[in-house]
Formats: sequence, structure tokens, C-alpha cells
Amino acid sequence: MNEVLIDLTLLKEGEKGKVIDIQGGWGLQRKLEALGIRPGVEIVKVSSQLMHGPIIIKIGNSQVAIGFGMARKIIVEHKK
Amino acid sequence: MRKILLMGNPNVGKSVVFSRLTGVNVISSNYPGTTVEFTTGYMRIGNEKVEVVDVPGTYSLEPSSRAEEIAVEMLDDSIDDQNTIIVNIVDATNLERNLNLTLQLLKKDLPVIVDLNLWDETKHLGISIDVGELEKILNVPVVPTCAVTGEGIKELVDRLLEAKAMAYEYQEEERWHEIGKIIERVQKVSHRHHTFLERLADASIRPLTGIPVALGVVYIAFKLIRFIGEGLIGYVLEPIFEKLWAPLMMKLSSILGSGGFIHDILIGKIFEGKIDFGQSFGILTTGLFVPFAAVFPYVLAFYLILSFFEDSGYLPRLGVLADKMMHQVGLHGLGIISMMLGLGCNVPGALATRVMETKRERFIAATLMAIAIPCMAQIAMIVGLVGKYGAKALMLVFGTLFLVWIVIGILMNRLLKGESPEIFVEIPPYRIPYFGALVKKLWMRVKGFLREAVPFVLLGVFIVNILYSLRIVHFLSKLTGPVIKNLLGLPSGAVAALLVGFLRKDVAVGMLVPLGLSLKQLVIASVVLAMYFPCAATFMVLVKELGVRDMIKSTAIMIFSTIVVGGLLNFIL
Repeated sequence: MNEVLIDLTLLKEGEKGKVIDIQGGWGLQRKLEALGIRPGVEIVKVSSQLMHGPIIIKIGNSQVAIGFGMARKIIVEHKK
Repeated sequence: MRKILLMGNPNVGKSVVFSRLTGVNVISSNYPGTTVEFTTGYMRIGNEKVEVVDVPGTYSLEPSSRAEEIAVEMLDDSIDDQNTIIVNIVDATNLERNLNLTLQLLKKDLPVIVDLNLWDETKHLGISIDVGELEKILNVPVVPTCAVTGEGIKELVDRLLEAKAMAYEYQEEERWHEIGKIIERVQKVSHRHHTFLERLADASIRPLTGIPVALGVVYIAFKLIRFIGEGLIGYVLEPIFEKLWAPLMMKLSSILGSGGFIHDILIGKIFEGKIDFGQSFGILTTGLFVPFAAVFPYVLAFYLILSFFEDSGYLPRLGVLADKMMHQVGLHGLGIISMMLGLGCNVPGALATRVMETKRERFIAATLMAIAIPCMAQIAMIVGLVGKYGAKALMLVFGTLFLVWIVIGILMNRLLKGESPEIFVEIPPYRIPYFGALVKKLWMRVKGFLREAVPFVLLGVFIVNILYSLRIVHFLSKLTGPVIKNLLGLPSGAVAALLVGFLRKDVAVGMLVPLGLSLKQLVIASVVLAMYFPCAATFMVLVKELGVRDMIKSTAIMIFSTIVVGGLLNFIL
């Protein structure tokens, strides 16, 4: 199995990934953490919008929409 | 009085629990100096009257938004109050994330009881939670409820006084680790298939299927709003005014001698022995007719549909679909709500700018809406007036307004300092709205609208009357004559319409009829009337939402762009 580190925008629809790192300041980390997005958590990519629109992920039983720029800062480990 | 604070994440059913606990006497208020709303109501525990507060949803006591800051403040304000109980409403289907707030609350010196809501959904999702074990671990009462059906609410109320403070000890840095341990002991998840609603949810947000769905939904929403609005006007309100109120006013009119200053202020002008609610312009005639019979039905219809959108969970999905497009004009995806609302009536559109988080976004949303989004009443009049020249004529008017929206939006985005924050929002699953909560929310919003709009419309009518009596209208006609005639190509009689347009846009469009305008003039006049200035009710709400300074800036943009666009149209057509 190949484990690749990519940012959230590169994950394909339906693929799972484990959050490894948040490349942002404390404010961003806290914002993401409030919705449960923190290192060690597994997420599933639900969809992306046209032309760098928001990314939707599933985490636990809830779904979250994340702006493209923010999503780029979330690094996940993707098992191919 | 004893107080209960309902605290929990957004989308966990707090308002449903709130509406289950409280009676009819509910008030929605703004936390002072903010646009964050919270609701207060009352309930009885035994013989005691208890205040219940629906605190804005928050994910954590380490706030990352204004709404969360308010929630924390409300909590801290009550710390010394011995009589406060915290009901922590938890989404049982998202226990792990919800426990983050729970553990933080348990550290505060206030008694807490946990309401494990959405309990019925856990079964559908294959989740099983050992409630007894959870209660043992957390050391506070834990009550599973399904607020929508009411199950468990009685037990919740019965156990309120068992709430405990500072019940659970843990290390701050270890919080997520603690949560993980609790979850492991208490929750089991088994596999299950996707439900239909879940498949629908995914389809409505993926762009390929989502966009057509959105267009369809929006179209149906409009049709419904028109239907309900027109229905209320035609079958209920207009008959009340024509058959009950008008005769009363005519009696008052003759008592006042059918003329004179007081008469004209109160009743306005009489046309052929009858009151014309659109044109008489008395405080008691037009002043009451406009907010109650013309605007209120639409506002009611809108809030009904909007509440449904909110409570069903569709709104955030719409915001996501529109986000990219809205960012071109410097707005968040959710700004599309203001625009959609403004198409029915600019007043709720203006109020909806509250969903925007930053002042910059609120300014852009409000200005764009006031400039380029004509309200339904206005649209109806324009269609009536210009429609007979064919669809192309209508396209000219509305197409111009659409272009104006785009251009001014892009310009404001470029020129106004600051950035618009990216979208970051939870997308709740589709849920069937709980009717009781919906009705309560509707009632509060309608009350709020009547309270805010009515006095200002009355004031507006009064002022217009004064302006006419003091011949200020005629003076202004002469003053602005050159601009109106040469730049916009309209007869100077149009000034009267512009003045009336300050009060009511639809009446203003109607005042164009006797002027005998050409098609080109009609198009220009319609566009100008839509753009130049908001109607009185909208103006007052905007002053409240934006503040006086920003409103002046916004108004300057409106007037300036109106002159430019009007002049351009005059030149091109």
C-alpha cells in the first residue's frame, strides 16, 4: 500500500484520508478543531465545486464545507 | 428568577427543544451592539416561572466567531448567579465532536445537565450509545430525547434540578484524548446503508446535480411566495381595507371637514369622493395600507419559505453552490440569501445581511441588494407597465439591473479594503422541519418586522405630505430639472415619482403612467427608480444594520451609479 501526503483539494470524491497536519496559524487550527478537524482524524471527501469552489468533507457523521484556500492547508495521508 | 441556558453546537435541535419547553411568549433579541440573535422564553417547573434562553450555537468555549463570543459572554455573565442551570444539548449522532463543548462546560461553576438529542437518528445510523455508562462517567444527568416527537422532554424537565456543577475533572491539553476514551467506552457503530435522504443530500450539493436542483428549488420558492403573498393581499387584506377601513376613514374624513391640514396629514387626498390607498397619502390610509396590506403578506410568505429552507438544512448547501460566484463580488456564498430575499421585499433582504460575518461583506451585500435587486411589488408594477411592449423591453430593464449588480459588485470588491473570509460551515443532514419551532420563528420574525417597518412607513408618509404642503416638491423639481431632463431624458414631472419612490417603489412606478412616456423613457425611469435610493422601510432598516456612516457611503454609491447608468441608457437607447 502506498501512503501519500497530499492536501485536501487533491483528494478525489469518495476517497478517505487521515488528517496529518494543518498548515496554518493558531486561529485556523482552532477554527478547524471546533468542527472536529484535527490531526489523527479520518475524513472522507464528499465533493468539490467547479473552479476551486468549496470542498465538502464528511467527518464522523457530519459534513463540513471548507473554502478552497483553507482546504489547501489541510494535509492528509491518503492510502492508495 | 431561575434561568436555564440552552447551550450546544449549531444544528443540534436547540430551537426545537426551546420551543418544546417554552410557551407563546417568546422574544428574539440582539445581543447589544451585535447582529447576533438569541431567543428568550418562559416555562414552568412546578409552580415556579423559569426563564429559558436559547443561546447562539457554539462549538467550543474558545470562540472563533462573534456568535461564539456572545455565547461565552452569556455563560460568564451567569457564573455568579446561583439560579442558572445549563442544559447542554448534544447531537447524539455526533457525540465525539459535541463532547468537546460538554467537557468544557463541565469545568464551569454552573450546574449542567446533558440532553442527548436526535436520539431517534442514532438508530438509523447504526449508532448505539450506553447512556447509563455515559452518565456514570460524566457525573451529570444524561437524558436522551427526540425533541421533534417530544420523547424524553418530560424526563429532561423532571431531572433539571439534578444538574451538577464542576462534575468532571480532566486536563485541558488532554481534552480530545479524554473524549476519545469516553467514546470508546460508550459508543458502538455498526455499518448501515445510505438512506434516501442522504443520497438526496449528496446529490443536491454535487455541482452537476446540485445546480439544477438549486434552480428548481429557487423557482418553486418564488412561485410559492408570490402565491401566498398575492393570496393574502387579494383575499384577506385588501378586502379588510376596502370594506372595513375605508368607510371608517370616509367618516373620519367628513368629521374633519373633508379638507385642511390635519385632514390631509391623517387621511390624505380624496379622489372622486373615495380613498385611494395607493395615492391618498394620509398616515391612516396609505401609511397603514402599505406596511400591512402591501408588504406584510410578502414578508410573511418569505419568512415562511426561508424558515423552511433554514430548518430543512438546504440553505448552507445553496450557499456552497453559490460561493464561488459570490466571491467575485466579495461575498460569502450565504450572501445569496440576501439577494433572494430582496427580490421579494428589500426589508428582509436588508435584515438578512446579518448572516455575513464581516462589516465589509455586510456593506457590499446591503448596497448591492438595495441598488440592483428590485422588490416584488416593484417588479409587478414594472411588468405591468413595460410588459406590454414585449419581453425584450422587460429584458432591457432587468438585464440592466443584473449587469449593474455584477459590475458594481466587482468594483466594490476591488476597491473596498479588506478580504472576505472563506466559507467554513457545517452542512447539516436534511431534516423535516419541526412545525412548532417553525411557526414560533415565523411569529417572532413577523412581530419584529411590524415593529420595525410600520413606524417608519408612517413617518415616511408624514414627511412626504409635509414636503408637498410646503411646496418643497415643486422647489426640488426645479432644482433637479436639468439633471432629470438632460441627463436622463425624462420629463421634470418624473421628480414627483422619484419623491414618492422614497416611500414606495411600486406606487412610484405607477406615477409614471400619467406622464405619457415613450418606451425608452419607461425603461430608464424603471431602472432609475429601482436603483437610486431604497424605499423608506428598507432605508430605516439599513441605517440600523449598517450604521449612519456606512449608510451615507452606500447611498452615495447608489445615487452616483444611478446617474451614470441612467445617463448611459439615455445615450445608448
